[in-house]
Amino acid sequence: MSNQPPTTTSLQVITKGIDWAAFVRKYMIIGILILFVIALAILTGGNSVQPVNLVNVIRQVSAIGIIGVGMTFVIITLGIDLSVGSILGLSAVVAASLVQIPTGSLVKFAGIDLPVIVGILAGLGVGALAGFVNGLLISRFRLAPFIATLGMMSIARGFAYIYTGDGRPFSNLKPEYNYLGQGYLFNDPNTPLSGIPLPVVLFIGVAIIATVLLGYTKFGRYVYAIGGNETAARVSGISIPKITLIIYTMSGLLAGLAGILWSARTGSGNSTLGQGIELDAITATIIGGTSFKGGIGSIWGTVVGALLIGVINNGLDLLGVSPFWQIVVKGGIIILAIIIDERKNAKKA
Amino acid sequence: MGEYIVEMHGITKRFPGVLALNDVQFKLRPGTVHSLMGENGAGKSTLMKILAGVYVLDEGQITIEGVPTSITSPRDGLVHGISMIHQELAFIPELTAAENIFLNRELRNKVGLVSKKHMVEETQKVFDRWNININPASRMKDLSVAQAQMVEIAKAIAFGSKIIIMDEPTSAITEREVARLHDMIRQLRAAGTAIIYITHKMDEVFAISDEITVFRDGTWVATEPASKMDRNSLISLMVGRELTQLFPKSEAKIGEVILEVEHLNRGNHVKDVSFSVRRGEILGFAGLMGSGRTEVLETVFGIHAAESGTIKVNGKEVKIREPHQAIAAGLGLLTEDRKKTGIMGVLSVRDNMSVAALPKFTIGGFLRKRLIEKECEDQRQSLALKTPSLNQLIQNLSGGNQQKVLLSRWLLTDPDILIIDEPTRGIDVGAKSEIHRLMSELAKQGKAIIMVSSEMPEILGMSDRVVVMCDGRLVGEISRADATQENIMELATRFSEEIAVA
Repeated sequence: MSNQPPTTTSLQVITKGIDWAAFVRKYMIIGILILFVIALAILTGGNSVQPVNLVNVIRQVSAIGIIGVGMTFVIITLGIDLSVGSILGLSAVVAASLVQIPTGSLVKFAGIDLPVIVGILAGLGVGALAGFVNGLLISRFRLAPFIATLGMMSIARGFAYIYTGDGRPFSNLKPEYNYLGQGYLFNDPNTPLSGIPLPVVLFIGVAIIATVLLGYTKFGRYVYAIGGNETAARVSGISIPKITLIIYTMSGLLAGLAGILWSARTGSGNSTLGQGIELDAITATIIGGTSFKGGIGSIWGTVVGALLIGVINNGLDLLGVSPFWQIVVKGGIIILAIIIDERKNAKKA
Repeated sequence: MGEYIVEMHGITKRFPGVLALNDVQFKLRPGTVHSLMGENGAGKSTLMKILAGVYVLDEGQITIEGVPTSITSPRDGLVHGISMIHQELAFIPELTAAENIFLNRELRNKVGLVSKKHMVEETQKVFDRWNININPASRMKDLSVAQAQMVEIAKAIAFGSKIIIMDEPTSAITEREVARLHDMIRQLRAAGTAIIYITHKMDEVFAISDEITVFRDGTWVATEPASKMDRNSLISLMVGRELTQLFPKSEAKIGEVILEVEHLNRGNHVKDVSFSVRRGEILGFAGLMGSGRTEVLETVFGIHAAESGTIKVNGKEVKIREPHQAIAAGLGLLTEDRKKTGIMGVLSVRDNMSVAALPKFTIGGFLRKRLIEKECEDQRQSLALKTPSLNQLIQNLSGGNQQKVLLSRWLLTDPDILIIDEPTRGIDVGAKSEIHRLMSELAKQGKAIIMVSSEMPEILGMSDRVVVMCDGRLVGEISRADATQENIMELATRFSEEIAVA
């Protein structure tokens, strides 16, 4: 049994030690983030690295990041979820409508006073339900993820408009709800803006849970296996429909969570919230090293990707670059990221 | 035989972590068939891909017709008259044979539009000249693998290739089609074309080659006229050691019936098939390509849903409509097509190995990483897997080592019944005999093994009992003692004869 062929040793000799090329490829994105931070610090005369600004950047990207975490699971399995922005909007208006101060003006459910948790659960539930429908369309009706979620993108946004009726946002939300988007953890009452904003806490929490799911559970292995080779995964006993359903439901749920945080931060549920955020989330995921070819990706990569987007946006803001140009820059970044993905993960002939 | 048409000297090629070719030489004479032999990972395909321009060499020199030449793209290869017929044929299924041949150099009519008629006529001329009996207007997707291969060869010669590389051309075609291919090769040779032939099949090598070059572990070992070699000397050059036994079949105690399949039906591929297998038994499924062997076993395993029929494991009927139900019932299936349905290319050896057994390796959904590491390491050792580490991506391994990983994937699930479809297709002699030895060992442990194989020596060498399929039906059963190449072939072609009579 142990007649190891002699070539094994020669193979091992060649690859012994750290493969620096692979190391650089893997962690390049962190280097790029640090370079950007330093460059912007110099350009803005240090303003961009003030703690208040840094915390602000992270808070700004927490919605992108939370959605990007769901998107990472989706893209690893060779899918895509275009509906997250619309689901965010729909969840935001549903949640907001249920947490309005019942005595105010322009109240959806005048006179009905429900606990805040009901609004939160409804928002999350609507997101999860929309994601579940995506999953059903993809796994049972065999629709391509692009098509199914493109349809849902329109449907969810339409429902958000219908739900708001005259198009005016639901405002006058209860302070307990707004606290989710505006509050701080470890806040020192004597110093305003101290501590960690709650959206950031939730972003970190989501990222940690997702990292555990992806790296330390059977479910996570199955996600990679499906992306690596769906047929082989099925033959290996993986129920593809089940995993697909879970992944898209999770993506919808996270979009719902982002919707709640966003409406709580702005203090109103607007039906147009989240438009275009799917592109930001996809960009964060791809520049974080998740491959459009499936089977490759990590949560920490997506987190860094989201931070990079935030740093760039914030830097351009501080430098006074027009927001229109920022959109152009964003498009350039996503194309660049995909070119890098193509190069890096080109299948061997 | 004059001077060389191709000379390659000092060729070195590195891939991340692997020295694929180390100072290799190769010389080809015009109008000859030159076979390349070697275990998988020996470097044959890499060298040929360098010649055809698919890969670019790191060091070394290529001389074509005496002129030092740089080949850096497949286009360069074509310009120098080099065509490579890949193992997986590359054509556009929706286009016709003629359109595929003229792809990218379409013939046009006076107005400048593509003329299908003209292309069909020209293709017919080429087909006539080389006795190829295919309608140029038929779509590629309607052709058999062997026919598609002929079209690719016609494409190469139609545009003046002087060197045609064939990478395992016979791995997916029937014996009759192999004979036809070899006739074609002889015609080409007579017309002065040089053929480079890569294969693992010994009998073919001696039937067709003028010269043989042997590689081992990325180095050149020998080049000899085929007439000066025989099977044993060739094998020992390839593996660098004498193989004690190619089919190490040892007698296992045959126990009670463990799997019974009755009246299984699915479409045209599976017609009223019944069979059973016992513990300790290796049951061989023989038959021609397309006879339904793979389909029967994929239906048993739940990859395709059966239309009717029953499956019993240990005497109890089981419902299998999805592979996970088959796995739960104690079955495992090592599929035929390693690349399409076996490996997860961008995943590590460890992930590929452990994927089917993960339910066993988790507590409450969480991975028991240390246990997985230990079990995978054990498999790596006992199967003598050649990989720098379990973290290596499986796509970087040679075919034989990939096959070992996939075998481990099923061994880790500890199945009672292991179905292996083409256990050694396209893998080298050394890995082949290790896999055969392992199959014997598993049978000894009381597992039932069902093996589909297109290689007659494998069927005869490994099976305790052979069942033969033809056109979706199970047409006969032969015991190990009675099985011969002749009576298996007789059964495998039985249905076609009946049709011929009718």
